[in-house]
Amino acid sequence: MTATTGQPASAAARASDVWKVYGSGEAQVIALRGVSAEFERGRFTAIMGPSGSGKSTLMHCLAGLDSVTRGTVAIGDTTVTGLGDAGLTKLRRDKVGFIFQQFNLLPTLTAKENILLPLSIAGRKPDPAWFDVVIDTVGLRDRLGHRPAQLSGGQQQRVACARALVARPEVIFADEPTGNLDSRSGAEVLNFLRNSVRQHGQTIVMVTHDPTAAAYADRVVFLADGQIVSELIEPTADTVLDTMKKLDTPAEVAG
Amino acid sequence: MFRATLKSLLARKVRLILSGLAVVLGVMFVSGAFVLTDTLGRSFDSLFADAYAEVDVNVAAKPKLELGEMEGEQLASPFPAATLETVRAVDGVAEATGVVAVDGARLIGSNGKAVTSFGPPQLGGNWTGESDLVRLREGRAPQADDEIVINKGLADAGRVALGDRVGVLTLQPRQDFTIVGIFGYSGDRDSLGGANEVMFTTPVAQQLMLGESDVFSNIVVTAADGVSDDQLRDAVATAVGDGYVVKTGEQLSAEAAAGLKEGLSFFNRILLGFAAVALLVGTFLILNTFSIIVAQRTRELALLRAVGASGKQIIGSVVLEAVAVGLIASVFGLAAGIGIGALLAYLFGNLAGGLALAGVAVPASAVIGAFGVGLVITVLAALLPALRAARIPPIAAMQDVATPDRPLTKVTVGGALVTAIGATLLFLGLGGYAGGSTLATILGGVLFSFIGVALLTPLISRPVVAALGTVFSGWVPGKLGRLNSGRNPRRTAITAAALMVGIALVTGITVILDSAKSSISGLAQDSISAELVIAGAQSGPRPPTFDPAVLDEAKAIPGVRLVDGEYGDMALVGGERTWVGASSEPSALVEMFGATATAGDIGRLGPGQMLISSDAAESRGLSVGSTVPVQLARGEERTYTVTGIYESTPLFGGVTLPAEAARDFAIPQPIQGYIQLEPGVRAADVLPQVEALLTDSPEVSVADRDAFIEQQAGQLDGLLQMIQILLALAIVIAVLGIINTLALSVLERTRELGLLRAIGLRRSQTMGMITVEAVVISVFGALLGVVVGAGLGAAVVEALRDEGITKLVLPWGQMGVFLGLAAIIGVIAAALPAIRAARINVLGAIAHD
Repeated sequence: MTATTGQPASAAARASDVWKVYGSGEAQVIALRGVSAEFERGRFTAIMGPSGSGKSTLMHCLAGLDSVTRGTVAIGDTTVTGLGDAGLTKLRRDKVGFIFQQFNLLPTLTAKENILLPLSIAGRKPDPAWFDVVIDTVGLRDRLGHRPAQLSGGQQQRVACARALVARPEVIFADEPTGNLDSRSGAEVLNFLRNSVRQHGQTIVMVTHDPTAAAYADRVVFLADGQIVSELIEPTADTVLDTMKKLDTPAEVAG
Repeated sequence: MFRATLKSLLARKVRLILSGLAVVLGVMFVSGAFVLTDTLGRSFDSLFADAYAEVDVNVAAKPKLELGEMEGEQLASPFPAATLETVRAVDGVAEATGVVAVDGARLIGSNGKAVTSFGPPQLGGNWTGESDLVRLREGRAPQADDEIVINKGLADAGRVALGDRVGVLTLQPRQDFTIVGIFGYSGDRDSLGGANEVMFTTPVAQQLMLGESDVFSNIVVTAADGVSDDQLRDAVATAVGDGYVVKTGEQLSAEAAAGLKEGLSFFNRILLGFAAVALLVGTFLILNTFSIIVAQRTRELALLRAVGASGKQIIGSVVLEAVAVGLIASVFGLAAGIGIGALLAYLFGNLAGGLALAGVAVPASAVIGAFGVGLVITVLAALLPALRAARIPPIAAMQDVATPDRPLTKVTVGGALVTAIGATLLFLGLGGYAGGSTLATILGGVLFSFIGVALLTPLISRPVVAALGTVFSGWVPGKLGRLNSGRNPRRTAITAAALMVGIALVTGITVILDSAKSSISGLAQDSISAELVIAGAQSGPRPPTFDPAVLDEAKAIPGVRLVDGEYGDMALVGGERTWVGASSEPSALVEMFGATATAGDIGRLGPGQMLISSDAAESRGLSVGSTVPVQLARGEERTYTVTGIYESTPLFGGVTLPAEAARDFAIPQPIQGYIQLEPGVRAADVLPQVEALLTDSPEVSVADRDAFIEQQAGQLDGLLQMIQILLALAIVIAVLGIINTLALSVLERTRELGLLRAIGLRRSQTMGMITVEAVVISVFGALLGVVVGAGLGAAVVEALRDEGITKLVLPWGQMGVFLGLAAIIGVIAAALPAIRAARINVLGAIAHD
């Protein structure tokens, strides 16, 4: 099944018939079975699915962190498939932002330095106006000089979001960004992500297993057994939960 | 618990290899030293057993002057040839041969230079025919006065052959001889332990080597059948009377071997000293590795506590790991030590030319030393981390890995205390308050100072590392690297401290030697007013000498004002062994060396008169007019009258006798010559003329004053280089430490590195980051080393002020080189960890644990 929404030209990230196979012979595990998907510019897409459905693998392949066995992946007009380490590094530097579940920040740097790190690594100057906008959006102005150890979990994750946003990447990939947060901090972060999409046209792809988190997205794509099985536009927590229940086949043990 | 320990050890084998390597190197030195001395010792035993195999009993005259081991060559006293008849008449004597065998026959090789043996004797003697030991390889025995036979080793060293006409230096200046025979020794040896031998006819040997006719240096006796060596010795001793020393060949062999072994034990101590340095540095390294491993295992250890392991069991587990590492490292160290010991013994045997090596064996001392040192050091170093591991609360298993910086207060107070102890010991030792244990006190002081400074290092590391790192601040990977190096002050500090030890020792020794050099040069510049100096470099126990006739010939060169020849020897002055000098030109003391009289007349020196320096006069309670009995190496005891006392300087002092006394010195030829020119005469004009006079005295050369002073001071350079090479080992171990720390840090920060790579850090930038971290740590260590070393060196120089080392010279250039070197070391040490960091799989690193 193929998820098709919006025009192909405006896709920020695209997977075409992507297969991902681990191991061989008896131990072979097929994580993705011919997934094709497009993620439109300026939208907030959530990828959901039970454990072992291949949602994290799909995101890793889209972000160029993992290679695909077959098929192609593209970010904007860059074909990711086949790039070497230098090309992938450049891609990550210029076109992709990341938000991880935990251990997101360098403990030696202050919040501000962490936020500006991708730009400094790339040797680019931040746009001061945009930087101010980002800082105000995440509400960290009075925390900029602090080190990660002096920030709460929610604040740390907001710093990570600001770091992803400040470089204005083609697409931000968020891997369970609220997985380690209490519900209030989680809601703050999700609100902030949705606002950055609505107000600033940022593209975000988020992997999550939390229906409440998925409800913040504009669209939810459901994966099961390495295939896209369903999708929802303008989801609510309830509709997501319903869809999930339908998909709830006996759980496989996989990562 | 034991199983868990073993598993964790295996899981960490790579990390432990590096720290184990430090122990391996230290143990290698310890066991290598024992194997070397054991092998050489047994080789010497068999060498002398061979050399004295045909001597049943040996007769020699009691020496006029008994000399200690380090005081120079014992001069054999000549005794009348008539004694030979007395010995022959003794019952039980099968054969008795009169022998001349005295050190100091120097053959001039085909290149015009005197052949040196670098230690072993250069014997001159009489040819007494072939024997089981000595065999002519070619030619025949010497018959005419100008014929000699020499051993094959000497012929090879001097590149001379049968039939060549060669010069030989003896008690007499150069005389020329024809080589009529070349001999070797049993077992196809070219020399016995590197000794050179020149054999003359008996009358010539007596004249040249003993200075008299019809005298021998010893008599070799063989026993008749059925007479034991001991019986024969007692019988001969009774016959010859009191003035003689009679010993069996076995006794002589044992004594000779014991003498050389004493030299070896000195060598052994030096090697053990360097082993100690290597192990000290290794201790830092092991301490660091175990600390890091314990920190990384916090969760695991806490889990063990949570499921019921006691604190003691945790300590046991860490210590057990240390024991395993220590044991394995000791085994490898012992093996490497045996290899190194054997290799060094082989090199030594070759250098000594013809020392037949006894088989390499492993003495018990090597094994005990290896395991004792290896185990004790490793376990001691692991003890602190083990105690820390036992303090991990079980709750840590449930929490996020949080290793908050523990306050540095305790460490700093401890460090200050230990540094204070070290400084106090140094003060006591250097100030001469420690009495008999001065050396031990100083070494203890140095050790405590090192440990104290190492403990203080974490505190210093923050500001210094931050300052060092500012160089890299403009570059993002550089900045990250700098921040990483400041991240764990203890780890950075111990790693840097390991490098500090080696560099501090090298710097300290350089400061001392440079200061000594510069002070001596300065003194010499100030006090020697001779424009030209005749001298040679000493390469064995004998100082180089030259023909006294040169002195008179030089005096005759136009433009030369004064010529002074200096002689020297040990003598008994008032019953006390002391170094005495004799001067061919008494006025030189005032005219050339600027001595000032404190009493009497120091400008003249007649027969039976002596001059003495003020401190020597004071210590002996002598004044002008005092009479002192003096026994020289030759001749009878004679009484001298003190006629003048001069102010002591650090360069000149002691007792000066008139020129004719030098005839009774062991070496009756001048050792140094000083030439003062008329005003306005250029040294460069006279120098070639003096050079021409010295063609027959190849052991010495003439140089202008500055070049001479340079030469003398330069003798310290060789010593310095040797010490630097050996201490480089300590630095190598420290490099291992840096590699280790970085490798462990890279491992620890895998996730972080993954994150950095995920947000766009290139591989090359990753490597740059790790390299900067290494460079900052190593430059920090070198900086500490340079500062501590300069401080220690300055303290020693200050303590030696009274010995004439008045100038403190800090080798800025060299210190700069050390810092530069440290930067390079950092880059090298970073290579492997950096490559590893750059290869980290981004996805693997950021994937959840």
